[in-house]
Amino acid sequence: MALPETLVSEFDELVTHYPERRAALIPALHRCQEELGGWLSPETIEAAASYFDLHPVEVYSVASFYPMFFLKPVGAHVVSVCRNISCDLRGASEIIDCAAKAPGAGVGQSSPDGKFYLEVVECQGGCANAPMMVVDGQYHEDLTTDRVAQILGGVQ
Amino acid sequence: MSQFPTYLLDHAAREDSHTLKVYREHGGYTALEKALKLMTPEAVIDEVKASGLRGRGGAGFPTGLKWSFMPDPEKDKRPRYVAINADESEPGTCKDRVLMREDPHGLVEGTLIAAYAMRCEAAYIYVRGEYRLPYDRVQAAIDEARAAGLVGQNILGSDFSCELHMHKGAGAYICGEETGLMESLEGKRGHPRPKPPFPAGFGLWGCPTTVNNVETVFNAPFILNRGSSWFRSMGTEKSPGNFLCGISGHVEKPGVYELPLGLPAQKILDEVAGGIWKGRKLKAWIPGGSSTGFLKPEHTSTPMDHDSLKGIGSMFGTGAMILLDETASVTRSARILMDFYEHESCGQCSQCREGTQWLSQIFLRIEQGQGRTEDIQLLEDLANGMAPGKTICALSDAAAIPTHSVIRNFKDELEEYVREGGHPEYRGTQVPQEAGA
Ligand SMILES: Cc1cc2nc3c(=O)[nH]c(=O)nc-3n(C[C@H](O)[C@H](O)[C@H](O)COP(=O)(O)O)c2cc1C
Ligand code: SF4
Ligand code: FES
Repeated sequence: MALPETLVSEFDELVTHYPERRAALIPALHRCQEELGGWLSPETIEAAASYFDLHPVEVYSVASFYPMFFLKPVGAHVVSVCRNISCDLRGASEIIDCAAKAPGAGVGQSSPDGKFYLEVVECQGGCANAPMMVVDGQYHEDLTTDRVAQILGGVQ
Repeated sequence: MSQFPTYLLDHAAREDSHTLKVYREHGGYTALEKALKLMTPEAVIDEVKASGLRGRGGAGFPTGLKWSFMPDPEKDKRPRYVAINADESEPGTCKDRVLMREDPHGLVEGTLIAAYAMRCEAAYIYVRGEYRLPYDRVQAAIDEARAAGLVGQNILGSDFSCELHMHKGAGAYICGEETGLMESLEGKRGHPRPKPPFPAGFGLWGCPTTVNNVETVFNAPFILNRGSSWFRSMGTEKSPGNFLCGISGHVEKPGVYELPLGLPAQKILDEVAGGIWKGRKLKAWIPGGSSTGFLKPEHTSTPMDHDSLKGIGSMFGTGAMILLDETASVTRSARILMDFYEHESCGQCSQCREGTQWLSQIFLRIEQGQGRTEDIQLLEDLANGMAPGKTICALSDAAAIPTHSVIRNFKDELEEYVREGGHPEYRGTQVPQEAGA
């Protein structure tokens, strides 16, 4: 598989931001994940590697270091609930339970209908509005269990 | 709260504060103009040195001095870079997000001033991947500024040229450590580099580089416009200026507040944060983000500044206070932090890789009622083995400091858990096989 033309032209511009081409790798992997099915498949990794003139193993080694990259398929909507100290103090456990119950995806799993993927994450910088979660990149703060159910129920 | 002057969040409160138009209506980019037209790079560094500004990213290093470490561009012709650290992942810390979202031009202007002072040809703003809106706002501000001749070639008609680039991280705390950040920016795993060589001599792509926190450079335009003596009129002698105080946990009014350095923590708790929630009492608190340790209620008389907190065996860190009420479990919170450090250790140093794992497991078994009396000593021995100097970066110490603080300040809780069968929630129950959330 080769990268789609749109991504190639985007990356051709991106690499000009740096003295070395490889520096654009992580931002490029973000774009690949966004555009190519929500995860970094072996085919995507190979295509990115060939674009950056790197061995696929090298790209895999970088991708696997960063928690935001998925190396297995995940549900269409990613729900990330913070479990760290400030959120824990304000009831993150109940939020996690509720987020697991509503769409039926256990932590680290996708829901049976493939709609949701639930992960428990470290601090997301929303500590002063804890507890919080991120759904498809959007922050939801000052959560209650009722609001979690409402937010996840409203995801299309 | 008694009144004190503010500046960091003044602009953020305005409508459409993130646009160039509104930023300029309120004096935006006049400090950059002043620097480019009236000041040499050395004079900018001298003014920042005179202000006494200290880094807001955690270590509190004097900013002007750090800028002066960059080699003389006449003698060293390599490209030079400034990297802005917007990785903000230290638990409890949520301030740079507010600045980037509400006042992105303030960051752009501050970054350009830093780049001018150190004569850097490019600046990279490394933003944690989760911060989408802040990233988009800063990117939009750079685009607007470029169109207005404020970024790029011959800025404001001067002979200073500087490119600004955004760079997105992907969720690893260790990429906030300055050398981990540089590795990550080069497209690699975020493995911190041994120091020396220091970034000013060997940084991004082997070239002179300075890494500064968002809030640090955000102060620069104010210092140039209003002067170092104005800056010194706020805060304390050794920690001048205001800072953004993130307050989280069991308080009535959590939030991100602008405060002068040096206010006693108790005053901040009572008059800014509205006191401990639900009319309860304070049990423990963390002064400056997860790495600064758990302190006792009597420590709240300590002023929130670098030297005062250091004096009680803690640190100012990122100025992020986390408060625990009388019903909270320090053991549980410590276990959560150790899980975090275990997860975030990059694994290069065995003391850190293994040590964080052990600490998290021991706190967990004490929490769940399987702790032994010897475990408290074991925690201490492990933490001693993780001290600075034995590892490549300070993450290891960031796990050791809270561990020591629990033993020093909350040993009675650890002993109670060992004696009584753990956290009250677990007492008299079947021991679970896994940690809770
Ligand atoms: C494990 C670790 C994580 C860090 N994370 C951050 C961070 O997210 N943001 C930050 O500005 N500094 C962070 N720092 C501190 C940086 O290494 C560096 O000191 C700082 O960015 C320098 O900027 P300043 O002098 O303006 O404070 C971290 C340090 C360590 C050891
Ligand atoms: S101290 Fe820990 S995080 Fe830092 S380099 Fe060593 S293993 Fe990595
Ligand atoms: S602890 Fe949850 S967002 Fe910081």
